[in-house]
Amino acid sequence: MMMLEKDLNLDATELRLGLPGTQDEDQPAVTKKRPLLHTNQTSNANNISSHQEEIDPPSKAQLVGWPPIRSYRKNSFQTKKSEAEAALYVKVSMDGAPYLRKIDLKVYKGYPELLKAMEEMFKFKVGEYCEREGYNGSDYVPTYEDKDGDWMLVGDVPWDMFTTSCKRLRLMKGSEAKGLGCGM
Amino acid sequence: MRRMAYSFPEEVLEHVFSFIQSDNDRNSISLVCKSWYEVERWCRRKIFVGNCYSVCPSMVIKRFPEVRSIELKGKPHFADFNLVPEGWGGYVYPWITAMASSYPWLQEIRLKRMVITDDCLELIAKSFKNFNVLVLSSCEGFSTDGLVAIAANCRNLRELDLRESEVEDFNGHWLSHFPDTYTSLVSLNISCLGSEVSFSALERLVGRCPNLRTLRLNRAVPLDRIANLLSRVPQLVELGTGAYSSEMRPEVFSNLAGAVTHCKQLSSLSGFWDVNPACLPAVYPTCTRLTSLNLSYATIQSPELTKLVSQCHNLQCLWVLDYIEDSGLEAIAASCKDLRELRVFPSDPFGVEVEPNVSLTEQGLVSVSEGCSKLQSVLYFCRQMSNAALITIARNRPNMTRFRLCIIEPRTPDYLTLQPLDMGFGAIVEHCKDLQRLSLSGLLTDRVFEYIGTYANKLEMLSVAFAGDSDLGLHHILSGCENLRKLEIRDCPFGDKALLANAAKLETMRSLWMSSCSVSYGACKLLGQKMPRLNVEVIDERGPPDSRPESCHVEKLYIYRTVAGARLDMPDFVWTMDEDSAVGLS
Repeated sequence: MMMLEKDLNLDATELRLGLPGTQDEDQPAVTKKRPLLHTNQTSNANNISSHQEEIDPPSKAQLVGWPPIRSYRKNSFQTKKSEAEAALYVKVSMDGAPYLRKIDLKVYKGYPELLKAMEEMFKFKVGEYCEREGYNGSDYVPTYEDKDGDWMLVGDVPWDMFTTSCKRLRLMKGSEAKGLGCGM
Repeated sequence: MRRMAYSFPEEVLEHVFSFIQSDNDRNSISLVCKSWYEVERWCRRKIFVGNCYSVCPSMVIKRFPEVRSIELKGKPHFADFNLVPEGWGGYVYPWITAMASSYPWLQEIRLKRMVITDDCLELIAKSFKNFNVLVLSSCEGFSTDGLVAIAANCRNLRELDLRESEVEDFNGHWLSHFPDTYTSLVSLNISCLGSEVSFSALERLVGRCPNLRTLRLNRAVPLDRIANLLSRVPQLVELGTGAYSSEMRPEVFSNLAGAVTHCKQLSSLSGFWDVNPACLPAVYPTCTRLTSLNLSYATIQSPELTKLVSQCHNLQCLWVLDYIEDSGLEAIAASCKDLRELRVFPSDPFGVEVEPNVSLTEQGLVSVSEGCSKLQSVLYFCRQMSNAALITIARNRPNMTRFRLCIIEPRTPDYLTLQPLDMGFGAIVEHCKDLQRLSLSGLLTDRVFEYIGTYANKLEMLSVAFAGDSDLGLHHILSGCENLRKLEIRDCPFGDKALLANAAKLETMRSLWMSSCSVSYGACKLLGQKMPRLNVEVIDERGPPDSRPESCHVEKLYIYRTVAGARLDMPDFVWTMDEDSAVGLS
């Protein structure tokens, strides 16, 4: 079941858009809806008082008191969000494709949805999965690297176990995937 | 004619005046003649002070010696959104000490956005023997220790309401300090408290108070204890649950549903933190009786929300999250024909997701404006709006009195035409002739202020953010809007000219707040100098405004009319511009 993935030194050969050393955070060419905002008076150097605790996510500009919502309402959501598990982003690469994608595993309820999403993202077909023989009839085989660093076939373990152990996904070219089979 | 005024004995006048409760009417009566002024001031029982710094306690006590009920408001409204630095003011202590000696028969204290300490609470508990009502709305500065004093000493307490206050919550033991002989509770709102109150103490308390009508619990009260509690208070009218989730074993569910059904007077529900949708049907038996429903903490999806709310055919007031979505609002428009107030809060206010997480647009509000003919009060957070929608809403609902729209992204234009939303809001003020309160958002030019100044004759409170092009905008407002009392502005290019040109207007208003605008220190000084009956407060955390050029814009400005002069409790980041601040001296 184990592939000698480490020998291939995948990180060095990862092809992606963007400058070397930068992370490709999101799909390219998506314009975020919220531009950085600045308070409009240049003479007001820093309106943010040390007393004011705005718990904004770091990606958003600091706009004190906007939108106009009472603190206790915001606190209700923070609790909710931290109680629910945070998003689980993993990188998805496809052999031969020059870019990486990222997906949030929390969004999907199970393997069929995940596979469908990857199919749409990378424009390919995943083929028939069966426990005995893995993926049949497909150029690409969905694999993932787990917590132990092993490369596994997507679908072999129960979904919940998969989401907690999956570190990254790779759509492997069919020919390379021969080493991965089912039946550990 | 003079004889007419003396023809009624004072007792008769007093009796007649006792039927007149409204402050405005009472004020008018006191202006008729000196004897009516005298009679009226001796029999005025209720005082409302909209700005605690507009008058000092001794003046109030001197004029009205027999007051039984007082309501005070402290900080400016924008303090709700952390725009007023901590320590600004709003201390109630001077009022409590003054009243402790002068109003021994005081029964009711209602405070909003004030700072009240445990010492104050103890003073209240010890000084007013007949104390009935304590409402602390959005207050802070006290702890559960202060509540011990109230619980232990106020034998005739009817109402204890801590709504939305920030309480230092040590533990829930304070509730146990209500003595066993205490039975007069009518209304209890502890929804803002964090810790668990002693549950058995709570059960015994509600069980022995036959007049209990309102019980707003806090999040820590588990759902499976509610049934037991309710069974002791079948006369309950208003209930606020705690966290609304549990494993819902079948008997818990049926007990709850049974208890809820048994409360035949129940017409208002709130709470609903952490809702487990499976538990919701327990409240279905109350739906047709409900007139008020606050689901603004209920993070459940549209189908479940819709199923609940569309059964509430007599609903008048609904607070809900945007999970309700346009589809849910459409259902409400069809089922809740008596709806008067709608508030839709955002579930994802900081927009972590690039795409909106819910399908709530202007359409939801349009649907409700069409279907609910009594709708008069709206607070609506959304991400897109169009002039067409606003015009439709205005035409549908000329009876609107409160309209607060918050398009979450500042300066968002009409999403269909990419134009400013001037026309849309213009339609609102033009059609809704009784509009008292308005909050603007989206892309707006000076034009919208021209409409508001021209049409909004009954407008009393206006909130503006990220709007306008120039001083002209502010000038339109201040030179129009004859009934304007409160104006709050942030991040607008309004400056000296409009403010100084309309200085006299400011004395007809309660207050003006301007932050991150273009008002210079020099203008503030000039205003303070020329208008002795205004307090012009410069709030600036960069240090003394004198250390910067006069043309430098101030961070924040709070102007209010007062007969009390400059206040004496300002922190070191607030300066009052008074007659002594001459322009040019520094």
